[in-house]
Amino acid sequence: MIERTVAEISTALASGDISSVELTQAYLHRIEQYNTDLNAFITVCEESALEQAKAADKSRSDGDCKPLLGVPLAHKDIFCTKGVTTTCGSRMLQNFVPPYDATVVEKFNAAGVVTLGKTNMDEFAMGSSNETSFFGVVKNPWDTARVPGGSSGGSAAAVAADLCAMATGTDTGGSIRQPAAFCGVTGFKPSYGRVSRWGMVAFASSLDQAGSICKSAEDAAMMLNAMAGLDEKDSTSIDKATVDYTATLNDSLEGLKIGIPIQHFAEGLSAEVEQNILDALKVYESLGATIKEIDLPNNHLSVSAYYVIAPAEASANLSRYDGVRYGYRCAEPVDLEDMYKRSRSEGFGEEVKRRIMVGTYALSAGFYDAYYRKAQKIRRLIRNDFLAAFKEVDIILGPTSPHTAFELGAKSDPVAMYLEDIYTIAVNLAGLPGISIPAGTVNGLPVGLQLVGEDFAEAKVFNAAHQFQKNTDWHRNKPDLTGMES
Amino acid sequence: MALDKSEVEKIAHLARLHIDTEEAEEVAGRITDILALIDQMQSIDTATTEPLAHPLDVVQRLRADEVTEANHRDELQEIAPSAQEGLYLVPRVIE
Repeated sequence: MIERTVAEISTALASGDISSVELTQAYLHRIEQYNTDLNAFITVCEESALEQAKAADKSRSDGDCKPLLGVPLAHKDIFCTKGVTTTCGSRMLQNFVPPYDATVVEKFNAAGVVTLGKTNMDEFAMGSSNETSFFGVVKNPWDTARVPGGSSGGSAAAVAADLCAMATGTDTGGSIRQPAAFCGVTGFKPSYGRVSRWGMVAFASSLDQAGSICKSAEDAAMMLNAMAGLDEKDSTSIDKATVDYTATLNDSLEGLKIGIPIQHFAEGLSAEVEQNILDALKVYESLGATIKEIDLPNNHLSVSAYYVIAPAEASANLSRYDGVRYGYRCAEPVDLEDMYKRSRSEGFGEEVKRRIMVGTYALSAGFYDAYYRKAQKIRRLIRNDFLAAFKEVDIILGPTSPHTAFELGAKSDPVAMYLEDIYTIAVNLAGLPGISIPAGTVNGLPVGLQLVGEDFAEAKVFNAAHQFQKNTDWHRNKPDLTGMES
Repeated sequence: MALDKSEVEKIAHLARLHIDTEEAEEVAGRITDILALIDQMQSIDTATTEPLAHPLDVVQRLRADEVTEANHRDELQEIAPSAQEGLYLVPRVIE
């Protein structure tokens, strides 16, 4: 049962084939077996999970039939959970126990889910490999010598190894889609503003968006049904009606116009990954879609613009960690400045400090126009490229990442790591919804296919992804965990 | 643009980060590499382009100026490194 999709589990719970308590026990057992090796969870909430499962079974017997009732989930450790440590992968927040729940957490609780625990991640979501976590690297279940991707690497590895039925993630430059691609699972980032950021530890506020990592597009649609909507507590949350995202999953793709960005099939893309994506295109053609090349002429500037905007916003957001109100404080500070500097230097890891410094530099007197303002202008050009493309096509398709999961330690140069997100970053800059779904393997490692939709066209993205998954089995592929039990 | 050690030390101070003299050199090199990546965006002319701050160009919502939150001072101060009688304690600032 644990390997099944949320949709299947939901049906099994509804028909009484299994109880939430049995299911929760099975996942907790699985976590105990495999988490030592994978390091996907930072915190496991055994006791409260079983209590929630009991409560879910009880409300089901009282007639409650919410679709996610009793389904076990894991939260990325960036979402504040009342009474449960929320580290954001950092020493700075190692002992931070929030006195409140994030809106996303509140909404899932209201949907009746069981929270198994909190998943590992790159520190403050800054990374593409999960190697910057203070709590150690997460291993890719397909090959433990490789990274799971990042920053939502713990969530992706946990879903891939069936340590949970579904997980939350956040995506600032690819942090849901790239780990989903590397771990062979489905990862969805909604349009900017579709899901509340309240209670989600801030990295780059104009880019951060909460989303889902799960086993199918249908599951992602079910999760968005629970997560989406206006939140008065998040000033950038959008006041726009939500729909039932599962309602159009089975619409025909006959006549769907798919755009292929020439820039996503250029130099740097692995030939084997490219072949997988071209094979996926044939599946879409057989379903009645038409394929057209499109031009995103400013795509090559997306990484440059992102590495101004994201660090600049991060440097402002992370200035709150001063050792005063919560989080790490250094021992025996001699004065206030010493306390600020040592608390921050000892509490933050290398990559976080590097990005704070890049952002501080970009925002410092005399450089604002040359960096932050320039990057915001490039951001408009990048969004305009997408808007022009969507006049001709309904959806944009390409690889999620230029290659499959790389080996631990392979990208020690920060710039090489930043270029990992070359196909995903522009989507965040433009604020569009995007999904990564498994579309094959290369040497036994999963390949991710990215689909990008127009603003708030989440349902269209799910429909296109679901139809692919109805006609292929890549999302059913599982890693072999033999020898990993402890 | 290449940064030198003294510029790195200045930025570190602005960001209230402590940097050891021995590591300043390496940090300067890493940040210089990142700035070279960033500088690729200077290659195109954006004189007539309006900057984009929010992907959807929306404006901030307004709400009535009403108290909507209860007072959580004690709960919030429970997680502070050092607090007493409703105050956050820091090293002495005024002698």
